[in-house]
Amino acid sequence: MTMNERPLSPHLQIYKLELPMVLSGLHRITGIALSFGSLLLVGWIVSAAHSAEAFASMSHFLGGFIGQFLLFGWSFSLIYHSVNGVRHLIWDTGRLLEIQQIHTSGKIVLALSIALTLLVWVLGGGFPGGGV
Amino acid sequence: MRYRTPIAVARGLGSSKNGLGHWWLQRLTAIGLVPLVLWFVVSIISLSGQSHGQVVSWLHSLPHSVAFSVFLIIALYHANLGLQAIFEDYIQARWLQLSARIVAAFAAVLAGFAGVFSLLGLAFGG
Repeated sequence: MTMNERPLSPHLQIYKLELPMVLSGLHRITGIALSFGSLLLVGWIVSAAHSAEAFASMSHFLGGFIGQFLLFGWSFSLIYHSVNGVRHLIWDTGRLLEIQQIHTSGKIVLALSIALTLLVWVLGGGFPGGGV
Repeated sequence: MRYRTPIAVARGLGSSKNGLGHWWLQRLTAIGLVPLVLWFVVSIISLSGQSHGQVVSWLHSLPHSVAFSVFLIIALYHANLGLQAIFEDYIQARWLQLSARIVAAFAAVLAGFAGVFSLLGLAFGG
C-alpha cells in the first residue's frame, strides 16, 4: 500500500474517556462474548438431547467456578446487550440523540443491566450458593 | 489525457456496497430478539437447577421447542451480522478479514443445525 502517509483521524486515546464511548465499546465486547456464549448454549442443548450422563457432566462444568464465571458474564452480556440494543433501536427512530440524553440514558441502561443481572441470579437460585 | 469525470471515478468506491441490507437485517433481527430474549431469560430462570428429566420434558413441549429454535437461529444470525461488522472495522488485511467471516459464518451454521436438530430430537423423542 502506498497510502501510509495519509493523515489519519485521531484515535481513541486522544479523547477524554466518557461514559457513552465506554458503553459503546461494551456493546461490541458483550456482542462478541455472546457470539461465543451461543456455542455454550448449543452445547447445553446438545448435551440434553444426547444423554443424561452428558447433561450431568455439562451441569457439573456449569456449576463449577469456571462455569459459574462464564454464566455470570454471559447473563450480564445478554442483558446489557439487549437493554442497550433497545437504546440503539430508539436512536434509530431519531429520538434521544441530544448529548445530555445520551449520557442520561447510558446511566439508566447500565444501572438497569446490573440490577436485572442480579435479579436473574437471585430468582434462578444461583446467587448466592451456586448450582445452575 | 483523462476523459472520465471525477464523479465517474468516484462512483462505486463507497465502502459498504450493500450496507443497507446488512443494517436493515441487523435491526430486523434485533427487534425480533427483544421478546425472544425476554422469553428466554424467564425460561432459563424456571429451568435452573432442574434435573435432566425435567429439562427434557420442558423441551418436549412443541411451543417451547419452536420458540427455542427461533431464538437460537435469529440470535446466531444476528451474531454473525455483528461479527461481520467487527471484522470489517478492525481487520485490515483483506484475506484475514474474509477468512474470519467465513469461519464465523460456518460456525454459526454448524451451531444452528446442531442446536435445532437436538431440539427436534427432544421435541419428537420419546
